[in-house]
Amino acid sequence: MTQAFFNEMFERSDLEARGLTAVAFRGVGDPRTHYRDFMNWLAAQSEQQIDIKRAEADLNFRRVGITFAVYGTSDLPGIIPERTIPFDVIPRIFPADEWRSLERGLRQRVNALNRFIHDIYHDQDIIRAGIIPEAQILGNAQYRPQMRGVDVARDIYAHIAGIDIVRAGQGEFYVLEDNLRVPSGVSYMLENRKMMMRLFPDLFARNRVAPVAHYPDLLLDTLRASAPAAAAENPTIVVMTPGMYNSAYFEHAFLAQQMGVELVEGQDLFVENDYLYMRTTQGPQRVDVIYRRVDDDFLDPLVFRPDSALGVPGLIGAYRAGNVSLCNAVGTGIADDKSIYPYVPDMVRFYLGEEPILNNVPTWMCRKPDDLAYVLDHLPELVVKETHGAGGYGMLVGPASTTAQIAEFRAVLEAHPEKYIAQPTLALSTCPTYVESGIAPRHIDLRPFVLSGTEVRMVPGGLTRVALREGSLVVNSSQGGGTKDTWVLER
Amino acid sequence: MLSRTADHLFWMARYTERAENTARMLDANYQLSLLPQSDEYAELGWRAMLSISELSGIYSAAHHGMKSREVIDFMARDLSNPSSIVSCLRAARENARAVRSSTNSELWESLNTTWLDCQRMLADGILEREPYTFFEWVKFRSHLSRGVQLGTLVKDDAFYFMRLGTFIERADNTARILDVKFEMMEQRADTSAQPFDYHHWVAVLGSVSGFEVYRRVYRDVITPERVAGLLILYGDWPRSLAASIAEAEQLIGQVTKGRDTEATRLAAQLSAELKNGRIRDILRGGLHAYLVDFLARVNDLAGRVSREFLLPIAPEPEPEPPTQTQTQTQTQTQTQTQTQGKG
Repeated sequence: MTQAFFNEMFERSDLEARGLTAVAFRGVGDPRTHYRDFMNWLAAQSEQQIDIKRAEADLNFRRVGITFAVYGTSDLPGIIPERTIPFDVIPRIFPADEWRSLERGLRQRVNALNRFIHDIYHDQDIIRAGIIPEAQILGNAQYRPQMRGVDVARDIYAHIAGIDIVRAGQGEFYVLEDNLRVPSGVSYMLENRKMMMRLFPDLFARNRVAPVAHYPDLLLDTLRASAPAAAAENPTIVVMTPGMYNSAYFEHAFLAQQMGVELVEGQDLFVENDYLYMRTTQGPQRVDVIYRRVDDDFLDPLVFRPDSALGVPGLIGAYRAGNVSLCNAVGTGIADDKSIYPYVPDMVRFYLGEEPILNNVPTWMCRKPDDLAYVLDHLPELVVKETHGAGGYGMLVGPASTTAQIAEFRAVLEAHPEKYIAQPTLALSTCPTYVESGIAPRHIDLRPFVLSGTEVRMVPGGLTRVALREGSLVVNSSQGGGTKDTWVLER
Repeated sequence: MLSRTADHLFWMARYTERAENTARMLDANYQLSLLPQSDEYAELGWRAMLSISELSGIYSAAHHGMKSREVIDFMARDLSNPSSIVSCLRAARENARAVRSSTNSELWESLNTTWLDCQRMLADGILEREPYTFFEWVKFRSHLSRGVQLGTLVKDDAFYFMRLGTFIERADNTARILDVKFEMMEQRADTSAQPFDYHHWVAVLGSVSGFEVYRRVYRDVITPERVAGLLILYGDWPRSLAASIAEAEQLIGQVTKGRDTEATRLAAQLSAELKNGRIRDILRGGLHAYLVDFLARVNDLAGRVSREFLLPIAPEPEPEPPTQTQTQTQTQTQTQTQTQGKG
């Protein structure tokens, strides 16, 4: 490794620890205070013991069915094999004070984002104040004109937000992106903790790790708080899934089960006189709140994509009439679009009159000629992303690309500069991780889940994703990423 | 509860029960094929089994002979056969997966583990080495999943629809097992082989866990009439037609909550006939004809349950004429994959 990265576990950042055993690993450097206990514990475990536990974790994830389908060969012809997302037994640990400041920053940011979405679909003060150009909003594919003037319960749009946080440089936190549509991954946060407690109970006996298991409770409370004002005192809440072949289906089923509500598909629902019902064995039953895990485009074939079989005809009508709440609201994509991202710090100042606590990654907007010129001059050192891209596709990671790939991307960029933004390649922090050869540093990020109902709340922690390939900065599970348990230590 | 959820639970239970009964049937036939007898007779057994399961067509499209190994492979591990054990276990697991939030994790995990272990065992060559171990395993996995239901689930609609699936499928399967054996005996010209008959009927009884019951109930030698009487009319024994239909009748009562429906009426009528039936009368009209009629009525009952509770979305189709005895399979609910955007 030629570049120095902030190392989550050790004071020295230029460590080249790779392929070490736990005991040898302890000699690598001085662990940061909050990792010290864990390191001592790890060094005392035998290699075989850890191997057995790692195999046990995989077996358990399979038995519980926390898997996703992949295409390839299997033992029996005609069967699509399923894989588990690799789980690493070395946790990512936050000291209490670090988490507290992160939490303050997240609360502030999500507040501002919700204020922004409300503003955009109502008075558009932020445009009139000249902070964001009108064309950036109205010309954006994520802007939903159907939401203009629609009032939603408590003026909250992004009830569930997954904010991706990375650490770079000397250890500062940056927001990489805001996920305000249907962010996923929270079930892994919960299952990873359950797995760690099952595999290594003694670790939890000796460390004060803040619990996360009450997340479904907070979520249910948030959804109840979002019910239409006219709904019954005990509103009927459902989780809506695209179906069992969706890659996040496990999570949809898991959350419905944990909250004790029905898991529905579009075909289970129908609208009559602007009210939404589900088909039950005892006849139709009114539905008040949908925690929907289906994208805007597929919600209602009468309003959005007419070919969608996943949605419910008339749903948006019932929604606009205020007879059903959707969580998240329709049209939140306008706030997490990559072309809007650079404005979030300004939103915090504009709506809250505060200085942003969390950093944005410096971003060049290629639609601006000056920015584009800079980006074209510095392609080999930048990351260039499509403003509407997601999941690690359609991007250029300059330092990891060949001259030919850069030339090819340059042509694409020059043809449609407005579709791209560019950022410096962040030296994401690393955390020791089990890989084939032993323990080695791998890059990580963090997705905490922020809930907005009567107040903004979150459980201490989030989903830590880790890029398992050496040197890789891409943590998406579709690109070979794994996950870790995330600990917030209580003082 | 959601109608679609009820449908998945109903079929989850049906496929689990079907896997079990297929294993039972294969086990009986396999044991018979080991007796000293002509190959022709063993073939007759396999042929009758395929025919009664309405699978002769698919089988002969891909196979020439009627060798035990081939038929067992086809019925146990062939995914192109929708009634094979592996297909049933997969369908049971997929249905459970679709409603994993509506049952409990123990039930889902038991069915998921069955499916995962089944793939591993088949890949390890268990069918070649010791088919009976595999059949036994399938049977016990079914016992386990039923045990989880009875031992852990709340008695609500989810539970009733699951149980209803079990008993409707069992009524159907037991009738088929009986029919196939009587067919075989009738097709056999040579009626002098008495000792062989004994083994034949012991295998039939064994395949429905009925041998000990027979001895206890009749305390006498084994005769075809009594075997038929036991499997059809003996209401105290949970694998008989009478017991399965009585359970189904009661479960339909639970889900209709006293409402009068066509399903209620059909179940009550069939149940009353079995309760009051006599084996002499049944045999007088011909056992095969009786069982064909029975299968059609069970099929009709299952269709009624579907239309009344499970798939109210589907347009009301005209009821099938009651001649159809084909093994029912699930109407696929519409599930599509969606390419999700950001997230």
